[in-house]
Amino acid sequence: MKREVPLLLTAGIGLFMILSFFVPHHFISVPADFLQNCAIIVVACGYVLGGANVLRVNLDSISKREAGWGYKVVLVVSLVVTIAIGIIDGIHGHGSFPGEGTHSKWIYDNLYTSMSGTMFALLAFFIASAAFRAFRIRTVEAGMLAVAALIVMLGRVPVGDVMTGWLPEPLRLGTLQQWVMDNPQSSAKRAILIGAALGVMATGLRVILGIERSYLGGED
Amino acid sequence: MAFGDWLVRLDRRWIFLTMGLLVLGPLIFPLSLPLHVTPPVQAFVDAVDKVPNGSTVLMSCDYDPASIPEMVPMTRTAFRHLLSKDCKVVVTVLWFGGPGLVDSVLTEVSREFPTKAYGRDWVNLGYKAGNEAVMVALGQGIVNVFPRDYRGNESNALPVMQHVRDYSSFPLLVNISAGYPGTKEWVQQVQGRFHLPMVAGVTAVSAPEYYPYLQSGQLRGLLGGMAGAAEYELSRHEKGSASRGMDAQSLGHVLVALCIVLGNVIAFGQRRRSR
Amino acid sequence: MSLHISHVFGVWCAAALTLFIFSFLYKDNPFYKFAEHLFVGVSAGYTIILNYWTVIDANLIQPLILAAHGTGTHPELHGAFAAQQGDYRMWLVIPAIFGALLFTRLIPRIGWMSRLALAVIIGVYAGIKTTGFAQGDFVAQVQASLVPLWNGSIAYTVNTVVFAVGLITSLLFFFFSREHKGGLGVASRTGMYFLMVSFGAAYGYTVMSRISLLIGRFQFLLETWLGLR
Repeated sequence: MKREVPLLLTAGIGLFMILSFFVPHHFISVPADFLQNCAIIVVACGYVLGGANVLRVNLDSISKREAGWGYKVVLVVSLVVTIAIGIIDGIHGHGSFPGEGTHSKWIYDNLYTSMSGTMFALLAFFIASAAFRAFRIRTVEAGMLAVAALIVMLGRVPVGDVMTGWLPEPLRLGTLQQWVMDNPQSSAKRAILIGAALGVMATGLRVILGIERSYLGGED
Repeated sequence: MAFGDWLVRLDRRWIFLTMGLLVLGPLIFPLSLPLHVTPPVQAFVDAVDKVPNGSTVLMSCDYDPASIPEMVPMTRTAFRHLLSKDCKVVVTVLWFGGPGLVDSVLTEVSREFPTKAYGRDWVNLGYKAGNEAVMVALGQGIVNVFPRDYRGNESNALPVMQHVRDYSSFPLLVNISAGYPGTKEWVQQVQGRFHLPMVAGVTAVSAPEYYPYLQSGQLRGLLGGMAGAAEYELSRHEKGSASRGMDAQSLGHVLVALCIVLGNVIAFGQRRRSR
Repeated sequence: MSLHISHVFGVWCAAALTLFIFSFLYKDNPFYKFAEHLFVGVSAGYTIILNYWTVIDANLIQPLILAAHGTGTHPELHGAFAAQQGDYRMWLVIPAIFGALLFTRLIPRIGWMSRLALAVIIGVYAGIKTTGFAQGDFVAQVQASLVPLWNGSIAYTVNTVVFAVGLITSLLFFFFSREHKGGLGVASRTGMYFLMVSFGAAYGYTVMSRISLLIGRFQFLLETWLGLR
C-alpha cells in the first residue's frame, strides 16, 4: 500500500489534469483548478523543505568538524539570520515581503543580487579560456559547428557589420547570421522540439500509468 | 620553444586578464559601434505597438539577479513602452529570486511617468511558486492565484484589477524570461491553451531554441540577450545599459573568436610537426 | 569623465563581495570561500521565507483563517466548506496535510508518507506537461512546418526548401528503429550537419550571454560603486 496508493493518486490526478485540457465544464475545471492550487502549495512546502535540508546537512558537517566547517558556520548563520529577519519583516509588513526599506530588502539588494550576478559573470572568463585550450576542430562536423559559431558570434554584435560593411548586403556577417538563425538553425531546433515533445508525452503517460516509478524512490 | 608551444602552455589567467581588459575598456572609453534593429526585435516592437492604447497588458518577469544585464534593460524598455501607450500593466514573477528586483526596476521606470500611480495604472502581483501550475491556474482567475500583491494589498481591491478576470482580459502577454519556468512554458500552457498572443525577451543562451516559436507565430516577437535589448532601446530612441554594453560585448566576442581560431591553428601546426 | 564614489554602505558591501568572488580567477582563497558560503546561506534562507510569505501564508493560512470564521474571498457565500472556484476555504486543509506530509522525508521511519505529497505534484505536472508539450511543441510546430514551397519568390523557395530539408533530415537522425545505411544514412548525415550548425549557433549565443553577465557586473562596479560618469 505504501507504493500502490501514491501510484493510484498519480494516475487519478494525472488523467484528470489531461481531461481538464479538453473539457471546460465546471465539473472538471473547478476540481482541476483546486488540484493546481494544491500543487502550488505543496511545491512551496517543497522549497521550505529544501532549505531545511540545507540547514540539516550543514549542521551535521559542523558537529563532525569536517574540512571547511568554519565556512559552514557562515552558511548556517547567514541562513538563520535571513529567515529571522524575514519573519520579523513579514509580520510588520502584514504579509508583504520583502517590503521596500526593510532589512530583508537590504539583504536581497546588496548581498543576494551582487553575489548571484558575480557567480555567473565568472563564466565569461572560463568560456574564453576553454575556447582557446579545448575547442579543437578534428572533424567536418566540428568544423561546421565552429563556422556557425563564428558567424553567429561576430554577426550578432556591431563589430561583425564593421568588419564586413564593405561587402554587399547579403554577404555581411549580420545578414548571414540572421539567415543561419532563421533557416538551418531553426529547422534543426524544430526537429529537436518535436522529438523532445514526443519523448515528454511518452514519459508523462508512463508516469501517469505507473510504468515509470523512479520518483517513489526507496524500497518499501 | 616555438611561439605556438609557448602560447598553448600560457597560464589561463593571462586569458582571464585579457578578457577583463577588453570588456572593461569600452565601458570606460566607448567605441560607439553602430547598431541596427533586426527583424525579430522589430516584430516585438510592432506587436507591442499594435496593442490598443489604454488596454491592460500582462507582463511576466521570470528572472533573478543572475540575468540582470540582459533582462533588466528589456524590462525597463518594455514597461516604458507600455506606459507611454497609457496601457495598464499587471506584472507577475515566477522566479523566487526575482520579485524584489522586478519591483525596484518597475518603480524606477514608473517615476518617469508622474501621472501613473501604483495600483491604478500598474501592479506587481509578486512571486508565486508552482511554475506551470501557476500559469494554468491563472487561466481560471488571476486574483485566485494572487490574492495579495507584492506590497501586501488585497489584489481585488486595486483599481487596475477591477476589470481583470483571466487571460481573456489581456490582448498581449509580454514575457521577459531567463529560463525555467519561462517562455517555453508560457507558450505551451498559455499561448497554446488560452490563445493569448505573446512576445518574449529571453537570455541569449536560450534564444536559439525560441526561433521555431517565432517562425510558427506562437511568439509574435523575440528579443535575444543583451543585443536584443540594445536593439529594442535603439528602436525606442533610448540609450540604456544594454546599448552602453554593446561595444564591450563586441570586443569580448572578437577575443573568443580569436581564441578559437588561434587555438586550432596552433593545434593544427603541432599535429603536422608531430607527423 | 569623473569619479563619484558611492557613500552607501550597502553598495560597498555589494562591491566587496563582487571583488571577493572575482578573486577566484587568480586562485581559490578564503575571501571567495566566505562569499560562496554566504551566498548559499542567504539564498536558502531567502527561498524559505519568500515561499512562506508569498504562498503558504497568502494562499493557505490566510484563507484558512477566513474559512474558520465562515467566510472567504466571496463574502456572499457563508460556511467553512461553501467553496467555489478560487475560494476553497476549509478544503485547503487537504493541501495543508499534503504539504506537512512532505516534511516526513526528514524522518526515515515515516519518510514513505512523503510519497503521497510527491504523487500530487507528479500527477498534476505530468498531466499539465503532457498536454502542454503535445499542443505547444508537437501540434503547433508540425502545423507551422506545413507551408507551401513556392509563393512567387525564389529567395522564399530556397529558404523554405533548406528549412524543410533541415527539419526532415534532423528528425531522421533521431530515428533509431533502423540502421542508418543507404538512403537513411545519407539523410541522417545531412541531419547531423544541420544539428551541428544549430549547436554552433547555440554556442555563439551562449558566449554572448556569459559576456553580458560580466558586462553587468563591471557596469555595477564602474557606475554604481565608483560613480564613473
